[in-house]
Amino acid sequence: MTDTVSTTITTSPAAPIRPTLSRDDIIMRLSMGAIAIFLIFAIILPLYTMLSKSFENKAGDFIGLQNFAEYFSTPALFLSIFNSLEISIIATFIVLITAFIYGYALTRSCIPLKRFFRLVSLVPLLTPSLLGGISLVYWFGNQGVAKGLLMGEKIYGPIGITIGSSYWVFPHVLMIVITALSITDARLYEAAESLRTSKLKTFFTVTLPGCKYGLISAGFVAFTLIFTDFGVPKVIGGNYNMLATDIYKQVIGQQNFQMGAVVSVVLLIPAIIAFTVDRIVQRKQVALLSARAVPYTPKSDMMRDTVLFLFCLIVAIIILGMVGMAQYAALVKFWPYNLTLTLDNYNFDVMDGGGWDAYYNSIRMGLYTAFFGTIVIFFGAYLVEKGRGFGAGRTALHMIAIIPLAVPGMVLGLAYIFFFNNPANPFNFIYGTMAILVLASVTHFYTVSHLTAVTALKQMDPEFESVSQSLKTPFYKTFSRVTVPVCMPAIFDVSIYLFMNAMTTVSAVVFIYASDTTLASIAVLNMDDAGDIAPAAAMALMIAYTCLAARGIHAVITWQLHKKTQAWRAR
Amino acid sequence: MSQQETFLKIQNLFKKFGDFTALQDVSLEVYEGEFVCFLGPSGCGKTTLLRAIAGLDIQTSGHIEQDGRDISALPPSERDFGIVFQSYALFPNLTILKNVSYGLENVKMPKAAIDARVTELLELVGLNDQGIKYPAQLSGGQQQRVALARAMAMSPGLLLLDEPLSALDARVRVHLRHEIKDLQRTLGVTTIMVTHDQEEALTMADRIVVMNDGVIEQIGTPEEIYSNPASAFVADFIGTMNFIPGKVSGTGSVLVGGASLNCKTDGFKEGDSVVVAIRPEDVNAQDMNEGDENIIELDVKYLEFLGSFYRADLGGDVLSGHELYADFSVNLVRRKNIEIGSKLPVRFPAQFIQLYSES
Amino acid sequence: MKIKSFKSGMARWAAGATAGVFAALTVSAALAEDLTVYTAVEAEDLKKYAAKFNESYPDINIKWVRDSTGVVTAKLLAEKNNPQADVVWGLAATSLMLLKAEGMTEGYAPAGVDKLDKKFVDSANPPHWTGMDAWIASVCVNTVEAEAKGLPMPTSWKDLTKPVYAGHVVMPNPNSSGTGFLDVSSWLQMFGEGGGWDFMDGLHKNIAWYTHSGSKPCKQAASGETPIGISFAFRGAKSKAKGAPLEIIIPSEGVGWDMEATAIVKGTKKLAAAQKLVDFTVTMEANEMYNKGYAVVAYPGVAKPVEHYPAGILDAMIDNDFEYAAINRKAILAEWQKRYDSKSEAK
Repeated sequence: MTDTVSTTITTSPAAPIRPTLSRDDIIMRLSMGAIAIFLIFAIILPLYTMLSKSFENKAGDFIGLQNFAEYFSTPALFLSIFNSLEISIIATFIVLITAFIYGYALTRSCIPLKRFFRLVSLVPLLTPSLLGGISLVYWFGNQGVAKGLLMGEKIYGPIGITIGSSYWVFPHVLMIVITALSITDARLYEAAESLRTSKLKTFFTVTLPGCKYGLISAGFVAFTLIFTDFGVPKVIGGNYNMLATDIYKQVIGQQNFQMGAVVSVVLLIPAIIAFTVDRIVQRKQVALLSARAVPYTPKSDMMRDTVLFLFCLIVAIIILGMVGMAQYAALVKFWPYNLTLTLDNYNFDVMDGGGWDAYYNSIRMGLYTAFFGTIVIFFGAYLVEKGRGFGAGRTALHMIAIIPLAVPGMVLGLAYIFFFNNPANPFNFIYGTMAILVLASVTHFYTVSHLTAVTALKQMDPEFESVSQSLKTPFYKTFSRVTVPVCMPAIFDVSIYLFMNAMTTVSAVVFIYASDTTLASIAVLNMDDAGDIAPAAAMALMIAYTCLAARGIHAVITWQLHKKTQAWRAR
Repeated sequence: MSQQETFLKIQNLFKKFGDFTALQDVSLEVYEGEFVCFLGPSGCGKTTLLRAIAGLDIQTSGHIEQDGRDISALPPSERDFGIVFQSYALFPNLTILKNVSYGLENVKMPKAAIDARVTELLELVGLNDQGIKYPAQLSGGQQQRVALARAMAMSPGLLLLDEPLSALDARVRVHLRHEIKDLQRTLGVTTIMVTHDQEEALTMADRIVVMNDGVIEQIGTPEEIYSNPASAFVADFIGTMNFIPGKVSGTGSVLVGGASLNCKTDGFKEGDSVVVAIRPEDVNAQDMNEGDENIIELDVKYLEFLGSFYRADLGGDVLSGHELYADFSVNLVRRKNIEIGSKLPVRFPAQFIQLYSES
Repeated sequence: MKIKSFKSGMARWAAGATAGVFAALTVSAALAEDLTVYTAVEAEDLKKYAAKFNESYPDINIKWVRDSTGVVTAKLLAEKNNPQADVVWGLAATSLMLLKAEGMTEGYAPAGVDKLDKKFVDSANPPHWTGMDAWIASVCVNTVEAEAKGLPMPTSWKDLTKPVYAGHVVMPNPNSSGTGFLDVSSWLQMFGEGGGWDFMDGLHKNIAWYTHSGSKPCKQAASGETPIGISFAFRGAKSKAKGAPLEIIIPSEGVGWDMEATAIVKGTKKLAAAQKLVDFTVTMEANEMYNKGYAVVAYPGVAKPVEHYPAGILDAMIDNDFEYAAINRKAILAEWQKRYDSKSEAK
């Protein structure tokens, strides 16, 4: 991999120079190699194994497209594609419109309680997606308190999935929409106003085009999340088959791993298409961002602000209602017949799903994921962004780091079974341990963390590395003395992101947990599965409170850090 | 600067980025203790050349020798230089002291020696009382001085400055020019500075290397470069230059529009199309005697007051529509009552006329 | 060395309890070890099971891997090339038959196996699995909801196909739930191939939704999410004990059932300890323990009536042909899926 060419002078002037590698260069290249191997083992090889499984029969012989032929000749299976597409598209539109109005109110109006609305909008991030489904059962199930609102329709099925999906995807979409709305140039509005353009026309000619890319991107994110989500349809789907629940049924219910792999491939394709389009669109948005824009300050408008305020209020009430109902139901003795309050439902140890151990496992898993994930991802991002040499290799690393965003958690999990549970695999020993859960979580949430780290690194002077070379200081010293301290806020952001997602993910770990590594989110799933829906709600909320506490700690640390480093972060 | 030993020897350097050639057969010698500027427009290859010398982006082919040692393939850490960037590149989370001592700490120098050296360096750049501050608490000029101190900390044989003044205010820039030059003279360190600012190059450099499109156009002292630009590009890039198309009408004379001017026509033959160049300050409007050569009467089309002098826009039928600038002192304009619309005989001294081939 | 003496003394060991205890002591002194046990037994019972086992074998520590029947089976199959489990204790016999067919179980005749009801022991010699208890289908009816909706109390399976129950019945999806599968296989056995599918066609019209788990229909009936849940008696009794307004119905045609059974996973590195555990699972005291929740256990004469269990359930148990169920499992599930599992056909 490295060649230490001697420095003898070659006589021919045209002879190409082969740079001598310093010890520093060699260490750096070895590090890149290590990260590359990590990514290959964590992403590329498992996915490859999973793909090849879809072309094999149970005995492991190659049978070409036979599995796919079987899949598409079984209506019960392939009709799920249309169900998944239909629900995803409808829910995407609902959540996009809601999030747009909500985000518009937060960025372009003078409504009161903006901070409150912003905080409330983040609540769905704190729980597994399952919680939305559970809460809907209590609201609109056959014993639901607001069942009448459905006018005889069943919540179990498309309606439930659509509402539940919209609920948990809302914050993801809102964040993108708010970013998009925040970057619009105020000077365009001044121009429109001076031309006496009507407000409506301004909206359609300035506002919408300005955040067009953000909206498209948000739409694709929503679509992919809903399309690949497993939690909501699992809880509230009833008989309505979706691709994600099909994988679960094939693998868990029927032990048909090959068909599971086939459904995974089917699930992967639209996710990858959506992802690719989104990437292209985002690239365009970056160009838009680079323009020198003046921030927009909204002026108050009684009519508009009132309407928007009421809208936000309703959305906030719905979000809080979802969580609140789940919390209430978790504290009730025997819904709906005995509504006395009790903590019985927190006695997880006598229930399916792994008990309190599952909860503690989740915290451990979250902490490991945050700790190791942040180290690997940040260092990897550093090498990609600031590394020397291996130009093409670094680009390839960056590409691989982007892949996990397009891979649904269940697909990754299934790929991990195929790949790691093979005795021939040198890493077979991690199967069934906490390590594989941590690896799956780190991998599943790699992309966003990687991009966050890269963004932070890009803001650093590219010459730091040159200076440290000229001062004969190895890169790892500058990395630890300068890069890491300067990027500390981003590093903390990455770790809290990893922690919260590791706490709440179901899909990435549902196939690979073992008895002594059961997780809280899995416990929620299994308790709901067994019909213990109140304890499931209770556990989901334990996750939420833990995430909330983690957020709190994160905020305190960030604030402390900010105070401590204020001297050099001036300006 | 008297002739000295060659310190840095660059031979036949090529640098290619894919199909793009950033450096094309660049050869150059820099003498010990010399201050050399690489001057040229952006994208001319001057920074590429500097980074090749530093080893930050090693050339595709060609050789570099520093102090008798072939460093062509060495990584930066095995070369002997200090570098200062336009962005200062000071580590924001380290104090000024820590920034300056950054490289020293790594070579296991005793603490006391480091402290002494850092104090010495900060004194040198006049910031000895700022040591405990962070970069963000200093002004841009101060930060750049810290960067300079840091670059000099390990007593490098070669100091590389990559557009060190471009990020600063005009006033600070002028001030720092002198400081850098003084510092360089005091320390006697061989210095290469990259700049796109000709004024900076002219005021600071012992020799200037003018670059364009990856090749060296001219190497010379500021005076040489200014008064004898080797190409139309150099002439245009350094200072202000009038270019008027013309035709060689015989040995020692050239035809510009309807007027014939005497000048050196070395390298050209009768009938060649050329570009006739003269600097505005060399266009003479006084001390003329009857029978002097190269006197043409022109119209003052426009007069621009620039503080210490006027810049006149001269034209006339005799130039067949071409115009040229001439700089006249305020005194002269007042004395000769030059106004827009007045007719003015001007002289083009033959020794200041340059001819370049039409390109 | 002690292991060897233990193994060679196996025959003697099986003879008497004293010898067993002695051997247990010697072995446990040598091998204080963890045993990974996969199970689908209800979570709330696991601690009791382990405690009871440790009374006899204090130095074997059980590491439970608990999940639903489908998941445990899937896990075992997934790990076929590299088994993680040492013993399976408490999984549907049909699943163990599947594992046996895959060559994943170890033949072993536990000490005292001859005392068990023949029905509860694998016919192979040595047997690959031994039964613990029977887990019996039944119908949970929420009396409050049934009354509110004016539903008559069903008495037979066929009753459930009547239009009056449309949208009020919930049953487990046989593809993921062991209970669901035993229902389907029992109907096919009771009503015959043609009659069975006809019955299910009728039932399907009334099904509100299929659940993934076998206990969920009864729990949903208990909480009134559905008036009627097809589940198993044990679950119904538990919910009733918690105060749910439930009636547990034994349909008059008879009810399907499956055994919870035990097997040693082939290739375990802890064979000796695994065998001790399996020995324990067939003892009388273990069977008494099973009887806390299950009315029918493998050890004859042990079973006492279980609270809230419907009367006459034992007589209603059909003569279940497990071979049939295990052999035809794949075909039955495929047929079921074709008929009922797609939205296009769901009413």
